[in-house]
Amino acid sequence: MPTVSMTVNGKAVSADVETRTLLVQYLRENLGLTGTHVGCDTSQCGACVVDLNGESVKSCTVLAVQLEGAKVTTIEGLAQGDKLHPMQEAFREHHALQCGFCTPGMVMSAIDLVKTNPKPSEREIREWLEGNLCRCTGYHNIVKAIGAAAETMRI
Amino acid sequence: MTATGIGASVRRVEDRRFLTGRGNYTDDINRPGQLYAWILRSPHAHAAIRSIDTRKAAAAPGVAGVFTGADLESAGVGGLPCGWLIHSKDGSPMNEPPHPVLAIGKVRHVGDPVAVVVAASTAQARDAAELIAIDYQPLPAVVTMAAALAGGAATVHDGAVGNVCYDWEIGDKSAVDVAFKAAAHVTKIDLVNNRLVANPIEPRAAVAEFERSTGQYTLYTTTQNPHVIRLLMGAFVLHLPEHKLRIVGPDVGGGFGTKIFHYAEEALLTWLAGQVEKPVKWTSERSESFTSDAQGRDHVSHAELALDKDGKFLGLRVATQANLGAYLSTFSTSVPTYLYATLLAGVYTTPAIYAEVKSVFTNTVPVDAYRGAGRPECAYLLERLVDKAARETGIERSEMRRRNMIQPDQFPYQTPVALQYDVGNYPASLDAALKSSDWAGFPARQAEAAKRGRRRGIGISTYIEACGIAPSAVAGALGARAGLYESAQVRVHATGSVTIYTGSHSHGQGHETTFAQVVADTLGIPFDQIEISHGDTDKVQFGMGTYGSRSIAVGGSALLKACNKVIDKGKKIAAHILEASEADIEFKDGKFTVVGTDKELPFGQVAFAAYVPHNYPIETVEPGLNETAYYDPLNFSFPAGCHICEVEIDPDTGTLEVVKFTAVDDVGRVINPMIVEGQVHGGLAQGIGQALLEGAVYDGTGQLLTGSYMDYAIPRADNLPNFDVTTQSVMGASNPLEVKGVGEVGAIGSPPAVINAVLDALIPLGVSDISMPATPAKIWQAIDAARSGHKAA
Repeated sequence: MPTVSMTVNGKAVSADVETRTLLVQYLRENLGLTGTHVGCDTSQCGACVVDLNGESVKSCTVLAVQLEGAKVTTIEGLAQGDKLHPMQEAFREHHALQCGFCTPGMVMSAIDLVKTNPKPSEREIREWLEGNLCRCTGYHNIVKAIGAAAETMRI
Repeated sequence: MTATGIGASVRRVEDRRFLTGRGNYTDDINRPGQLYAWILRSPHAHAAIRSIDTRKAAAAPGVAGVFTGADLESAGVGGLPCGWLIHSKDGSPMNEPPHPVLAIGKVRHVGDPVAVVVAASTAQARDAAELIAIDYQPLPAVVTMAAALAGGAATVHDGAVGNVCYDWEIGDKSAVDVAFKAAAHVTKIDLVNNRLVANPIEPRAAVAEFERSTGQYTLYTTTQNPHVIRLLMGAFVLHLPEHKLRIVGPDVGGGFGTKIFHYAEEALLTWLAGQVEKPVKWTSERSESFTSDAQGRDHVSHAELALDKDGKFLGLRVATQANLGAYLSTFSTSVPTYLYATLLAGVYTTPAIYAEVKSVFTNTVPVDAYRGAGRPECAYLLERLVDKAARETGIERSEMRRRNMIQPDQFPYQTPVALQYDVGNYPASLDAALKSSDWAGFPARQAEAAKRGRRRGIGISTYIEACGIAPSAVAGALGARAGLYESAQVRVHATGSVTIYTGSHSHGQGHETTFAQVVADTLGIPFDQIEISHGDTDKVQFGMGTYGSRSIAVGGSALLKACNKVIDKGKKIAAHILEASEADIEFKDGKFTVVGTDKELPFGQVAFAAYVPHNYPIETVEPGLNETAYYDPLNFSFPAGCHICEVEIDPDTGTLEVVKFTAVDDVGRVINPMIVEGQVHGGLAQGIGQALLEGAVYDGTGQLLTGSYMDYAIPRADNLPNFDVTTQSVMGASNPLEVKGVGEVGAIGSPPAVINAVLDALIPLGVSDISMPATPAKIWQAIDAARSGHKAA
């Protein structure tokens, strides 16, 4: 089995992995970072979105062995101690989550949106989320939270 | 109202763990030495199993065992039970064919589990499963109800002649016949309520382990009701006593009904853990969910409404066929009967109603409760029918509804279909929604849209539903094989903090917050001193779980009752310490006071005295402060409301935009407005999804064509508008919290409002009907057919 080394949430990690191991499996099964979720098998749902080298990606679409030297941030790596990231805080404040299963992917995706487009319109937020499915919230409060977080993050 | 009490939009307690990746969902749970199960499922909708050869699979790398239906049968494993017995018109009990955990002799739907491999990894189990050789003899499949009911059709179950499970009726047939004879006008409609897939984003999963030293089994599973699973699995399937079974429903990533039922995989995993004496884990893939999670809806109905010359409803006649799929899922039989036809009065005074429901077996995935369960089917039928009647008689649509509504002074209102509505104010919801949606200003918006080449339509529905299921005695008389109360325990700790054990289960609803609000208000203790525990049968005394919007109405009422027991005992303790008579002790704002004096004891001190009983009425009061209550409701609760939808359609392409959605819902007392609105948003999304996007489609051979998120369209963010949601509450009269339930209202009221809006936009183009989901292709075809005078495909 090949060895792969990368940085996950600021920590250097190295492991022997089967070549067919997806990044999401590596995170969940090898590193025990179970905050990144799997909701489908066709790369539609977005529950597994993480930050890879500064971009949001579906971690079910990347093989772990492709990631030698990569920097990965997962939902577990966002908060600074007890202080939530502004996007996490906005999701809490605006009730943008119910069961919490799509939430990690939503938050990771939303952060990338605001990085790419610091002042997204409601339509832009809705269109950006085309790769993130939520069955609980009807998106109403997610859209509101992302808009609010964008304002906080601009300050 | 306090900042954390009833009525406050308290931010949720559970959010921090979900937002930081520290949730604990079933697939996050791993046990030392665990093995992995892979379930081999039928690729055929209907086939005889001539033979199964597992030898190669058993010899494959990493494999600990391969098991088939025959192995389970010889081990004495029973079939999955159905929880509700329905009797047909002629008094005969429903056809209740066996539902084996793994198929025996025959497979009856694509996805029917046939064999299981247990191995050191999922990949090894899956690889080995490919080595299982099954000799299938494909049989003709019956996929639609029409095919299943046709003469000479193949039978799904040998014992169910004609593929009929039951042929049931409710109401007064002759009174309805009389009403129709007197009618000035009769409106008729034929409707299909499309089959849906619930699709919680967390797929089902299970981890089972067996403790050799004690013979104890633990099952972690994605369930809405762990005690129900323990009861059904222990008593009917595995024949294990409940004291040897622990079921844990940890964080659950959405349920929407489909995680109520006792599934084959739960019993299978538990049994396997005992066989291999190691923990065993199974996690469904999404494609597996599509063919193994119970699906929802799937009705075909014909309905007729008799009206007098003024548009007053005189009688309603309904004939419905309900598709139950290949097997009876746990509560499947109750959905198209008692959860559907008992609501056919709607919010109207229709004096005579008769409905007959024929439930049918087909070679498709089993159908059971999905958000709303029977009530969306009912609301859709009624509100489509009423709209059509309004158009045919020329009475304005909202006026037609108003004219027939039960008035606020008519409660309690006995309907002709068994239910007695406790309280409500339907005209108030209607008025509020008409105002909020600017119903009167619609023609101007329509004209403006027309200038842009868009067809704009507006649609309305005034719905009712029954929640808070149910008085156990009533449910029992109607065929329920379970009680439907709920329990709560308040465990007060010596230092005054409390842990609540509730039989309700949260899978997104926010019980850890709303239930704590009830406790904070009742016991007057700080919010952060309250812990809500649920989902573990070894911790929680008992519970019937969460479905049918019953948590706060039934579980919350049990909690209130338990809190009041704590207060009653506290009064006895306080009376002793304060040297007063118990009758003079009053409890308010977290303090026991002697009425008319300044003598008081805070709650925490009474708790401490209960556990350190130095100065204590020990001769009459036991130490400790730990009270349990069970609450069995007196009646259902009846949320109701008015939904108004506005759409714009591009007639050249058939694309549709929901431009405005107004929901006014009466959910009784609101514990947490933020959470209540969130529940309505989610329900609306699923209702709009049913109306415009979603539908489980099988081909003629029973293959599910919509078996992934590439083919089955659950709503995405850009399919939906922002929602205008308000509550217009009349306090509930059937439980002490005066709540009604909110989980399902959005999914019940919205589909007819959407389709009525679509038709409002299209009728001027000559379109007379459209079925759900009203996709752009279907809308375009309907417009095209109307223009060219052909019937739409």
